[in-house]
Amino acid sequence: MRALFPRLGVAVLIGLVAFAVFGPLINLVIWAFAEQWFFPNRLPSQWGFMFWERVFRPRAGAWEALGNSVGIALATVVFSMALAIPAGYALARLVLPFRHLIMLVFLLPQAFPSLPIFVNIAAMFYGLGLNGTYFGVILVHSLPGLVYAVWIATAAFAATDIAMEEAARNLGASPLRTFRDITLPQAAPGLMAASIFVFLDSIDEFTGTFFVGTPDITTLPILMFNAAMGGNYQIAAITALILLIPSVGFMLIIERFLKSDVLARIGR
Amino acid sequence: MQSTSLTLDNVTVRMGQNTILDSISLSVPQGSFTCLLGPSGCGKTTLLRAIAGFAPLESGDMAIDAVSIAALPPEKRQTAMVFQSYALWPHMSVAENLAYPLKLRGIDRASRARKVARILDLLDLAEFGARSVASLSGGQRQRIALGRALVIDPPILLLDEPLSNLDAAIRRNLRSELRQLQRQLGITTIMVTHDQEEALSMADTIVLMRSGKIAQVAAPEALYAAPVDIDAARFMGVENFITTDSGEMGVASDAACFGFRSMSASICLHPLAGHLNRKAVVIDSAYAGDSYQVLVKSDGELFSARSSTPQLAGAQVILCVPADALIPFGADKNCLIPTDYRTPGRTLS
Repeated sequence: MRALFPRLGVAVLIGLVAFAVFGPLINLVIWAFAEQWFFPNRLPSQWGFMFWERVFRPRAGAWEALGNSVGIALATVVFSMALAIPAGYALARLVLPFRHLIMLVFLLPQAFPSLPIFVNIAAMFYGLGLNGTYFGVILVHSLPGLVYAVWIATAAFAATDIAMEEAARNLGASPLRTFRDITLPQAAPGLMAASIFVFLDSIDEFTGTFFVGTPDITTLPILMFNAAMGGNYQIAAITALILLIPSVGFMLIIERFLKSDVLARIGR
Repeated sequence: MQSTSLTLDNVTVRMGQNTILDSISLSVPQGSFTCLLGPSGCGKTTLLRAIAGFAPLESGDMAIDAVSIAALPPEKRQTAMVFQSYALWPHMSVAENLAYPLKLRGIDRASRARKVARILDLLDLAEFGARSVASLSGGQRQRIALGRALVIDPPILLLDEPLSNLDAAIRRNLRSELRQLQRQLGITTIMVTHDQEEALSMADTIVLMRSGKIAQVAAPEALYAAPVDIDAARFMGVENFITTDSGEMGVASDAACFGFRSMSASICLHPLAGHLNRKAVVIDSAYAGDSYQVLVKSDGELFSARSSTPQLAGAQVILCVPADALIPFGADKNCLIPTDYRTPGRTLS
């Protein structure tokens, strides 16, 4: 009997955590398939796929928003990694003055409240004519993306053994060849994880897109926001479920790619 | 396999404010096996890395067959190095590791496969080609690392403590295996080690290094019998130093002190002729396998010696050291035996 109480306590705790995590998700799923749901009812009075049809109707813009979201996320990954790979290698390998300061600078966008930052960026982009352009949105998404990209890439490169690079140089490989044949394959899992983080961050991004992209560029989060503001909870719920697919999928992949030896070096 | 000589001329390497190598001049003859020996931090690994091109020279020059390589990047030097950590590439199989240097040289697939098979054969690892590097034992990794260096027929082979990560039994085996392979291929080899026994058993020439400088260059027998000074002697396992009055006990010499190894000193009850004899008191006696290691005190100084029987602490004994086991040192701490001296028959016991 005595042993039962702690066990019961643990079970209740797990149940509460599960409720906190899955409760809203279940609500989301219910909303996605509710055709009629009025106030006193605990559950929708009518179920169906009506709103799915409506969301994926060509005129509704969901397909376009999905295309925008994925395209922008991929471009953000390419842009961020193109900067993060050389930066991460330099931060991991070269003796740089103020190395920690440079690492900290990449964290700054995360340290300040994002709203004033994006409002200011929007004001700057107006002057540069970047508002409402894909490039502008990609730049805005790269701002938080670079934090993950640079920090994880630095850790990934720091985790590769310098002696392996030296062995390649010693046996006749040029520095570039060494980087391509030895360093990159060694760092690939970490870089992959960094790319996925950037992708997930971009596909979820709302504030920056809202200030820089709308009304010309609509991504899924923007669509969801508009739908929710307009009281279309079904459409908001369906959009949210679509957004969930890449997040969950990549989370499973990240778990495989981020090895402990890379994680241990993040921020060093 | 062509083989080559290496000359170092006043090589100086600095890192920040520290001088790691201070005017090192050395000539490594073709086909020889040279050991860089010294305590950690003496610059021996830096010297090897400087030869491979990983430590830029502050001044001085180095040349392979009289052609300077000092300005060449590592990939142009044609030196093949075996790293202490082996530095095998884990994303390639054993055969791919061995083939990569050949690939870099633009050798076609068929000849690559042939050479890799020949090296695997040479190393007795013929069936390991498709295995992953992670599945190999330490000794096998060491041999693959050696094979990867040898596959390009390098003019010079550089070994950075290649055996230090292995356990004692494998190390002894690989020691003679490595030496045989080097003789067989006739490849000029430079090996870094901090293990004096390893250096003595493998090298043609030992370069004893100390705080960035060369202390002594000698054949193993000469280094063992006549270390250049007291510090070198200590590093070569000479534990005891005894000061003498001139002409004491027939050991005629103008030495200020003598060094001797514990294993050549014995504990006696009576003074022996042709020996340096000292009255001593036994402090401690410990069993050391084939004999007893005895610690004695004489004139306030401690000495260690061997004895075939255990000695009681406090016993009055005589410490006897045969005259030919004494290494004389002058007042300036330098060895008084000429450097080209060799004692026949006095090799590693």
